[in-house]
Amino acid sequence: MIRFENVSKVYARGARPALDQVSVDVERGEFVFLVGASGSGKSTFLSLVLREQRPTRGRVYVAGRDVANLSGWRVPTLRRQLGVVFQDFRLLQNKTVHENVAFALQVIGKPRHVIRDTVPEVLEMVGLTGKGKRMPTELSGGEQQRAAIARAIVNRPQILLADEPTGNLDPTTSLGIMRLLDRINRTGTTVVMATHDDEIVNEMRRRVVELSDGVVVRDEARGGYGEREAILPDVGASPVLDAPGSGTRAPVQTGRGS
Amino acid sequence: MRFQFVLGEVFSGLRRNTTMVVAVVLVTFVSLTFVGAAALLQAQIGKLKDDWYDLVEVSVFLCPEGSVSPTCATGEATEDQIDSVRQVIDTELSSQVSKVYFESKQQAFEAFSERYPDGYQGTQLTADDMQASLRLKLTDAEQFAVVSDVLSGRDGVEIVEDQRAVFEPLFRTLNVATLLAAGLAGVMLLAAVLLITTTIRLSAVSRRKETEIMRLVGASNLFIQLPFLLEGALAAVLGSLLAGGGLWLAVRFMVSDWLERSVDWVAYVSEVDVFRVAPLLVIMAVALAALSSFFTLNRYTRI
Repeated sequence: MIRFENVSKVYARGARPALDQVSVDVERGEFVFLVGASGSGKSTFLSLVLREQRPTRGRVYVAGRDVANLSGWRVPTLRRQLGVVFQDFRLLQNKTVHENVAFALQVIGKPRHVIRDTVPEVLEMVGLTGKGKRMPTELSGGEQQRAAIARAIVNRPQILLADEPTGNLDPTTSLGIMRLLDRINRTGTTVVMATHDDEIVNEMRRRVVELSDGVVVRDEARGGYGEREAILPDVGASPVLDAPGSGTRAPVQTGRGS
Repeated sequence: MRFQFVLGEVFSGLRRNTTMVVAVVLVTFVSLTFVGAAALLQAQIGKLKDDWYDLVEVSVFLCPEGSVSPTCATGEATEDQIDSVRQVIDTELSSQVSKVYFESKQQAFEAFSERYPDGYQGTQLTADDMQASLRLKLTDAEQFAVVSDVLSGRDGVEIVEDQRAVFEPLFRTLNVATLLAAGLAGVMLLAAVLLITTTIRLSAVSRRKETEIMRLVGASNLFIQLPFLLEGALAAVLGSLLAGGGLWLAVRFMVSDWLERSVDWVAYVSEVDVFRVAPLLVIMAVALAALSSFFTLNRYTRI
């Protein structure tokens, strides 16, 4: 789904490369954590996938396209297959939740009846039923992120990129967001999530790609966050990560509490 | 859907940016009014030429007694000299000259007396003080140079005069006025381009977040830029319509209602001419907006 072949990215001539000979292969339907300190190249990785940047050397393939050599006018087609979520939500403050989600479809020219049918469905999926008419400021951080996720997946992208989606949220709320991302992943969407949140990485036990100074230093199928000892080494990809609001949050919560 | 959405974006953009939009409308209004005024002045000159050049003639003044001109060395023009000049006109200039008639000293004196019944500046003149001439009507008034070339310097011809020269000062004034209007229009148009550029930039900045989301969810370049383009174009076109309206009012009330009544022997530009100029103004406005957008948008809303 996403393939990096010896990708290097140098922003300024002579500077240390943001990415250095990175080769990563993400399969369809995978859930990948991208971890590493600030400045390790996570954001560059994501922006190369989005083709906000072009690699200095190497090739990037996304959904079968050679992104580095994609001509400008085809970039929108690529991005329609990608959903993106950010740490700061990036909702439009002058639009309601419903309008924010609908906006993503309107601007790619979807017909009105499609929007009318799809938006409530997606809002229900992310757990914002009945909150479509609220303004972003009237929502909690977690709800805002759910709205942002709804916007990212409303066009049914093949890949969801998340850049520290839980960075602004408290641990409990983060957990809800992670359950949501997991659920989206289970519907077949490839998820790549850059994060600093070691607890989440350790609890989810998914593939971890660790970057350090632009180099892949670790690529583990069911990894933990890294150096630090995992808090709950045995929880793994247990059925804990269930649908939000279904009330089965006990194991993780108690686990952490004990 | 798309169309409605784009229109919605345009109007919300216009609302958010009201002051700048009003400024763009006013500046295009003023600049295009000057452009239109220059065009109308030229139209006026054309009308006057059409009208007056039909009336004017070329006068071939024949040698009077005591002329110092070298072609008049033999004294007053003789019948033979006059005949040979007429001969030349009939043969060499047959295609340029449509009509010839001879004005004798007596006829010239009668015309003079009619115009100045009390004598000219206190002097009493007689027919002998007048000068006989050949009056030529040209098929095309612009052919004067050819006629003058052929006839000047012939024996018995003192001087060849183009009556059009009488109008030259007026036309020169109108041409200077045209240049002035065009110059001001140029300066104002530059101001308009800069202002539209700034407006689009401001609009793009104030909608940065929307634009960013649009880019991320894969909206096409055209779709992202269209609202800005339309905003600039709409404001400019509005300005051009105002300019057309202003010119129409000016022609209607100043020329048709007032000038035409006070000085009625002159052909003036009419509202029809305004309707002919107005579409050009609208086209210019669109071109102006397109030009400004082209320079701005690529920088501010690139994918």
